[in-house]
Amino acid sequence: MNKIWKKSLELALLVIVFLVVIGPMLSLFLWSVAQKWYWPSPLPQTYSLDYWAQALGLKTSLAIGAVSIVGAFSLSLMIAVATVVIAMLIAIPAGYALAKYKIPFGTILLFLFLLPNAFPQQPVFVNILQTFTRIGLSGTVPGVMLIHILVGLVYGVWITNATFRSIPPSLEEAARSVGATGFQAFYKIALPLAAPGLFSSAVFVFLTSLDEFTGTFFIGLPFINTLPLTLYSSSGYNMQFASVIALLLLIPSVVFMLLIQKVLKAEYVGGMG
Amino acid sequence: MAELMLKDLVIKYGKVTALNKLNLTIKDGELVTLLGPSGCGKTTTLRSVSGFLPVQGGDIFLNGRRITDIAPEKRGIGLVFQNYALWPHMTVFKNLAFGLELRKVPTEEIKKRVATVLSSVKMDEYADRYPRQLSGGQQQRIALARAIVLEPDILLLDEPLSNLDALLREQMRFEIAAIHQRLGITTMYVTHDQTEAMVISDRIVVMRNGVVMQQGAPEEIYMRPRNKFVAGFMGTTCFVEGAVVTADGGRCVIATEDGLKLQGVGTDLKVGEKAFAAIRPEYIALDSRARQASGSSEVNRFTAKVDRSNFTGELFDYQLKLGKHFIRAKEYEAKALFELGNDIEIKIDEDRLPIVHDSDLEAAAV
Repeated sequence: MNKIWKKSLELALLVIVFLVVIGPMLSLFLWSVAQKWYWPSPLPQTYSLDYWAQALGLKTSLAIGAVSIVGAFSLSLMIAVATVVIAMLIAIPAGYALAKYKIPFGTILLFLFLLPNAFPQQPVFVNILQTFTRIGLSGTVPGVMLIHILVGLVYGVWITNATFRSIPPSLEEAARSVGATGFQAFYKIALPLAAPGLFSSAVFVFLTSLDEFTGTFFIGLPFINTLPLTLYSSSGYNMQFASVIALLLLIPSVVFMLLIQKVLKAEYVGGMG
Repeated sequence: MAELMLKDLVIKYGKVTALNKLNLTIKDGELVTLLGPSGCGKTTTLRSVSGFLPVQGGDIFLNGRRITDIAPEKRGIGLVFQNYALWPHMTVFKNLAFGLELRKVPTEEIKKRVATVLSSVKMDEYADRYPRQLSGGQQQRIALARAIVLEPDILLLDEPLSNLDALLREQMRFEIAAIHQRLGITTMYVTHDQTEAMVISDRIVVMRNGVVMQQGAPEEIYMRPRNKFVAGFMGTTCFVEGAVVTADGGRCVIATEDGLKLQGVGTDLKVGEKAFAAIRPEYIALDSRARQASGSSEVNRFTAKVDRSNFTGELFDYQLKLGKHFIRAKEYEAKALFELGNDIEIKIDEDRLPIVHDSDLEAAAV
């Protein structure tokens, strides 16, 4: 009897989770394949893959008002990848140094990285826009990347810092005592132990960049059109097209979540326990 | 041959002086324990020798080579940490092999040496385990094995047993002493546990506030403490204050304010100065045993009132009131149960009653 209760409770929970998580995505999917969907019908009247085909650049028809987003998608991906690489190259040494060494004003430095996200973004970006325009960075890919790095470094530095902080200093000292140089101790002991944390920090930076809107809007437009900006400009009048973009934006997130799960199952995390 | 010498070592944390001109020599093959309460400078000393703490003054010599400014990895020192500090992402074998690999030792030899050391700590079968799969005691053995597999000139152990439970700690004490005896490796051992220090050491260095209070063989430290601090740190000790009445040839008598005369052993004491009798429970004979003790000598023979009594299982632990002072006594005879409030005869062994200076005088003199 007890078992049945437990099973049904599990099932109920599963259904709720399904509705909350999958439900909205299902609606997006329905919209993306709906040719006609007028109120009060609960389901679309006619289905077609035209919006997908057009978004992916396989078809061009002026009738349904969708454009190829292949360019915007690859631009977004490219910016996100570059942002992750550069941000992590800054975040790993910075996070490590702030965790391991007594740096003067270290805490203040750490809060400095938080600053771009601590204020309302619009005034910050408007100010940056003026500076960027003066030095010719506005409306360029490097300019947008810089903004994404700025926003992403919060996650980069803070998560990296917390990860390195959680590794007992004695582990590296033990490495030094058996003959490893400071760098070898970092590279062979601290880095592998921090890998899961560094990876999730990189994922945060990547997803932040992929979804970044406000900064890109101010600095990038009209020349730099990333996927979120395309979504914005289309969502007002074209629900189907917006749904397609929203679903495409979800793909990297899902891929990364699966990757994280795989990495988190790896020996490193097991080793931490 | 490996000899460690610390010369006028000074270490400061900001404005706080953690070590004040520490001088210490550890001879080849010797196991020396740094003993003291937390904050006494024992761990600071160990960390400066291992190279993780910058030195503000003085020098460290290993085999006559000055290593004061040398990087930790180039000192040839083996370290065992309080929290073991095994690398969680490596197997036991990899933990032990890591240092050998850095030294570019051939793979075959690495396998051989790791196997030899693992068997010496009785962990042969655990080479493929991860640290998390081992118990605390096993992790401690591996930590020790990792340090000795490199055959360091000197081994430093930082409170290696303090994370273990009491039973295991006792067992590991003997094992560490045995391994030390077998390998004859020069060892510096840091602990705050006086029993641990007594069991494993060739020599004990008692420290307080960055200053050596006394050093010597365990028996010497225990039987002939030079000051109140050392006497108080070793075992259960009750102090009775008095003024020195006579002092010659190591024998010494003090008189308390309430008229007791206590005879004991003590050097460097001057007639008239303030001193303390360090009374240890194990050297007080009670009642019938007091009457039998050392014939009819009236020295240190008193009447005391039973103030409190605790039965610990193996013995009775009494608190007695002697004049105005409270002292502790132990009685192993379960039959000899003394009523609270009764007066009983006691006799304190005058050969085992240290008479000591106040500690502060001692510290000022160093």
